[in-house]
Amino acid sequence: MTWLARMLAIAGKEARQLRRDRITFGLIVGVPVMQILLFGYAINFDVRGLSAVVLDQSRTTLARQLVADLRATQVLGTVQQVDSESDLRRAMQEGRASLGIVIAPDLERRLFDGRRPVLQILVDGSKPSLENVAEGLASMPLLRRAGAGTAARPVEIRIEYNPARRTAVQIVPALIGMILTMTMVVFTSGAVVRERERGNLELLITTPMTRGQLMFGKLLPYVAIGLVQTTLILLLAWGWFGVPVSGSLVQLYLGALLFIAASLALGLFISTLARTQFQAMQMAFVSLLPSILLSGFMFPFDGMPRVAQAIAQVLPLTHFNEIVRGIVLRGAELADLRPQLAKLALFLLVMMSAALLRFHKRLD
Amino acid sequence: MTAAISARGLARHFGPVVAVAGIDLDIPRASIYGFLGPNGSGKSTTLRMLCGLLRPTRGSATVLGHDVSRQAEAVRRKLGYMTQRFSLWDDLSVTENLDFMARIQGLDRAGRRAHVADRIDRYQLGAFAGRRAGTLSGGERQRLALAAATLHDPELLLLDEPTSAVDPQSRRDFWESLFALVGRGTTILVSTHYMDEAERCHRLAILDCGRIAAEGTPKDLARDIPATVIEVESDDLARARALLAEIGEVQSIAQLGTRLHALLPREAVEPERRLREAMVAAGLAASVERVGATLEDVFVAATRLRRDVQAAA
Repeated sequence: MTWLARMLAIAGKEARQLRRDRITFGLIVGVPVMQILLFGYAINFDVRGLSAVVLDQSRTTLARQLVADLRATQVLGTVQQVDSESDLRRAMQEGRASLGIVIAPDLERRLFDGRRPVLQILVDGSKPSLENVAEGLASMPLLRRAGAGTAARPVEIRIEYNPARRTAVQIVPALIGMILTMTMVVFTSGAVVRERERGNLELLITTPMTRGQLMFGKLLPYVAIGLVQTTLILLLAWGWFGVPVSGSLVQLYLGALLFIAASLALGLFISTLARTQFQAMQMAFVSLLPSILLSGFMFPFDGMPRVAQAIAQVLPLTHFNEIVRGIVLRGAELADLRPQLAKLALFLLVMMSAALLRFHKRLD
Repeated sequence: MTAAISARGLARHFGPVVAVAGIDLDIPRASIYGFLGPNGSGKSTTLRMLCGLLRPTRGSATVLGHDVSRQAEAVRRKLGYMTQRFSLWDDLSVTENLDFMARIQGLDRAGRRAHVADRIDRYQLGAFAGRRAGTLSGGERQRLALAAATLHDPELLLLDEPTSAVDPQSRRDFWESLFALVGRGTTILVSTHYMDEAERCHRLAILDCGRIAAEGTPKDLARDIPATVIEVESDDLARARALLAEIGEVQSIAQLGTRLHALLPREAVEPERRLREAMVAAGLAASVERVGATLEDVFVAATRLRRDVQAAA
């Protein structure tokens, strides 16, 4: 009972200090909001105002009508007419246009024929997610009003410069893990080293407090903060970006809890390694890089070399992303995600033990 | 009753640097024992070894009946420690700091309330109990630190240069508090580099270069000083000093206000007469007297003389 009381005393003190540290307290809310808005928009599939070049080889009223309809969707911003295919390619090559629209000379015949595409949209594959834009344009009903109802796919899409199609990554759910990694590791990486720098630790370690009480007491407030951030991100994802949670919310939170604890333990371990807060901050960032690059957040996991995949297996974010995508997008159960949960738990155990072993109630 | 602290051959090296070079200690209970020494003499390192923060490189120490290396936790339960640097939390209030430390010391709710209220009262912290520790003056912080260190009524209090950032009045008040604690049976070990503080201790060890250069009560130390102290007063102290320096038997000269204290070997024959003659021969009006040693003289004799001997060897 005294063990718990002392641990809670440390947790309470930590929470109180945190509340008084206005900047850090602001970051708890500010970082997730800023990141989800930045990432959410920057990696937005719903692109508008793209520049396009049109090569109208049919020069008919119908063709002009089609282009006007496409512009009305607001997906296209500036539309520039060109006279030859080489002009169109040059415009795209020079980056003046992201989309090229080619209307064949026999537009009307193709419309009624229904076997060959009416339009060809060329996409600059070097820019992410434009492919999806083209897909969106292609599926618009407006192209059918001209009487092309019989055509299964009235518009043909060709991806230029990037023949291999990008995996459609669902960014927003993956942001939960991303944001939690950034905030949790950075917050706790300073937790022990800050008290060491300020001299508080020299006093604390001459008391009967145990290292376990210190470590767990320091973690506890951040666990609560992590759950608040998770809620914030989920609310923004749902309210702002319209990402529904298909699976159980309770299970999602349980998964998040394990991931938060694992990230905090990593931060705590860093805090026992570093001698100054500055060192701790740098180490935290170094640990973030592989998480961002290798966890499948930015690049599809399957396409990575074997070594990178092996490293990714060690990162908690890799497994948490699987859990989140499973629960949020595919409506999976935690029971289906047992391997990922087990790996997270193992990471937590190893990091927490390492932090405890690294920390001594001595100065040497 | 056994000694509160006893140490045999206690030593600590930091790589090639010898911070404490093997010291013996026997510190009686319910008394104030002082470590007097310049910076780098090994005071803090010794204190840290005694509370289990640093492991001795050699030797052993027993604190309140427990071996510091093997039973550090048992020692910690009976110990109050005031670090050299203020080490409570700047962003917590006086009451919050005390309440937190009381929880860490394992006091129950009733004990906590009673002890925190008592220490706030005893060390006159009531006027700013709600203020953050970071906004307190040096003297107020020091009282808060003492309050925190004594919350659990420790048998032993280790104070590492507790008054270095404090005005003279606060220092006097602080020492009054220490004597009150000793009256309750607490043993206090305090390190300092102030002579007037050292003078107040029941017993004293003068530390120099990681060794105990002299040990005893301040009175005994002054009586047993291994030197003769000659006091010289003159209008031209600089010249008097220069003259003294030319006399081979003068081992050290220290200025105390408007006077000079010259240390000569004990076996020197009528040293005051010889010095007086030297002043007269140079035509310098000066009064030359043989006087009792101050603690400052003891300190100089114990530290500087030893170094001179080493330098000569």
